[in-house]
Amino acid sequence: MSSSPAELRRAPAPSGVAAVETTGLGKRFGRTWALRGIDLEIPAGEAVALLGPNGSGKSTLLRILATAARPTLGDVRVFGFPSRTDGDAIRRRVGLLSDRPPLYDELTALENLRFAGAMYALTVSDEALRAVLARVGLAQAAEARVRTFSQGMTQRLSLARAMLQGPDLVLLDEPYNALDAAGLRLVDEFLAGLKAAGRTVILATHHIAKGLAWCDRVIALGAGRIGFDGPTARFAAQASDAAGAWA
Amino acid sequence: MPAEWRRAWAVAGKDLLTERRAKAAFNAMAFFAGLVLLTFGVALGPDAPAGDAGRGTLLQELAPGLLWVTILFAGVLAVDRSFQVELERGGMEGLRLYPGDRKAVYLGKLIANVSVMLLMEVLVLPFAGVLYSLDLWTRLPGLAVVAALATLGFAAMGTFYAALTANLRARQVLLPLLMFPVLIPVILAAVKATGLVLHGDPMDELASWVKLLGAADVLFLTVCTLAFEYVIEE
Repeated sequence: MSSSPAELRRAPAPSGVAAVETTGLGKRFGRTWALRGIDLEIPAGEAVALLGPNGSGKSTLLRILATAARPTLGDVRVFGFPSRTDGDAIRRRVGLLSDRPPLYDELTALENLRFAGAMYALTVSDEALRAVLARVGLAQAAEARVRTFSQGMTQRLSLARAMLQGPDLVLLDEPYNALDAAGLRLVDEFLAGLKAAGRTVILATHHIAKGLAWCDRVIALGAGRIGFDGPTARFAAQASDAAGAWA
Repeated sequence: MPAEWRRAWAVAGKDLLTERRAKAAFNAMAFFAGLVLLTFGVALGPDAPAGDAGRGTLLQELAPGLLWVTILFAGVLAVDRSFQVELERGGMEGLRLYPGDRKAVYLGKLIANVSVMLLMEVLVLPFAGVLYSLDLWTRLPGLAVVAALATLGFAAMGTFYAALTANLRARQVLLPLLMFPVLIPVILAAVKATGLVLHGDPMDELASWVKLLGAADVLFLTVCTLAFEYVIEE
C-alpha cells in the first residue's frame, strides 16, 4: 500500500521486445480447451486482426493477454513482462475493450470515467474527461446515468474508458458491435489514430472487411487453434481464391 | 495520501454513490432488521419476566443477543450486495485489470460496507430501544465503541467471503455458512460486551471483551487484506 503516484507511472518497456509473445499457450474451461498450442509473436506497433467464428477463442486470447484470465498451459509475455509473475506491469500498458465492459449503471458517464481515472491513478480534470466524452459523441450524455444508455452509447463509453490510460497495447473485442453508422466511423477514426501513434492493436471482430482494412496482419482462429497467421494481403488473396473455387 | 489509499477511497466512493442511488442493500437491510426485531418482540412478549431477578423483562435480558443476531444477518445482505454490483456488468474483471495493489479494492469495499452497516445500526438501535424498552441514551458511548469494533470485524471477514463466493451459484447460502463460524469470537464478544454495557458490569469484564473485539479486528483485517489478491483472481 505504499506505491506513490510516481511509482504507479509506467516504467519503460524493455526496448526491442515483441509487444506480445506466447509459447504453447493453452486455456481449458472444465473439459473443453478454448485455446491450444498458440505460438505468437506480435511486434510493437503492428495492427492485427483476430478473426474466427463464435467460440473459436478470440475473446479468451484477449482476456489472457490483458491478464484477466490465467493460461492453463504455456507462457505469455507482453512487452517482455511475463504474465504469470509481472501482471501489474502488463496492466499498466494494456487497454481492453471487452464484450462485458466494467461500467456502473447507477453512475453517470462522467462518474464512470472519473472512477476509472482514479483507479488508473491518473490526475484528470472533469474538463478533460468531458473532452474525452465529446470525442466519442457523448458530450450531451455526460451527466446521464449509464442505465439509461442504449447499447451503442454504452459501447462508445466503453471505448472512451479503455483508452483513458493511453495504453501501448490496445485489445478490442468486437468494437463495432451495436454501433450505428456514426459509431462505426468513430471506431475507424480511433483505429486510424492508434495506428498513427504507433500503438499495437489487436482487433477481434466478425467484421472481416473492417479487420482487413485496418490491420497489417491476420490471425484466424478455429476451435482454439491458429488456422492462419500472415499478412492481410495473403489472407485476402487466399479468401478470394477459396471463394472463386467455391463459386 | 498514498496512491493506493486514493484508489481505496475511489472504490468506497463509487460503492456508496451507487448504493445511495439504488438503495438496493440498505432498504433490504433496514426492513429485514426491523422485521426480525419486531418478530422477536412479538414472539417473546413484551412483559415476560427475565430469568435473572432484577434484569427486567425477558426481552431486555436477551436484547444483546437478539440485536447482534439481527445486525449480523442484515449485514450479510450488505456484504453480498457489494460484489453483486460488480457482476451486473464486467465490474469484477474491471477491478482485476486496474494496475496497482489489489488491497485497495478490498479496503474500498470494506470502507463502504462498514459505512452502510453503521448507518443501518443508527436506525436499528433506537428502534430496538423503543421496542424492548432499553435505556440506550445513557449508555450510548459504550454501545458506540462496541458497535464500531464489532461492525469492523464483521465487515472485514464479510467483505472477504463475499468476494470469495461472488461467482458461485449458491453464494447466498454459502456466504453465511462460511462466514459465521469464523466470526464466532466477534459475535460472542459483541453480545457479551453489549450485555455488560446495557445491564451493568459489576465484575469489570467489559474491557476484556472489548480487547477481544479489537484483537479479532486486527487479525481479520490483516489476514483478509493479505489474502484478498488471491481471492479476486479468476
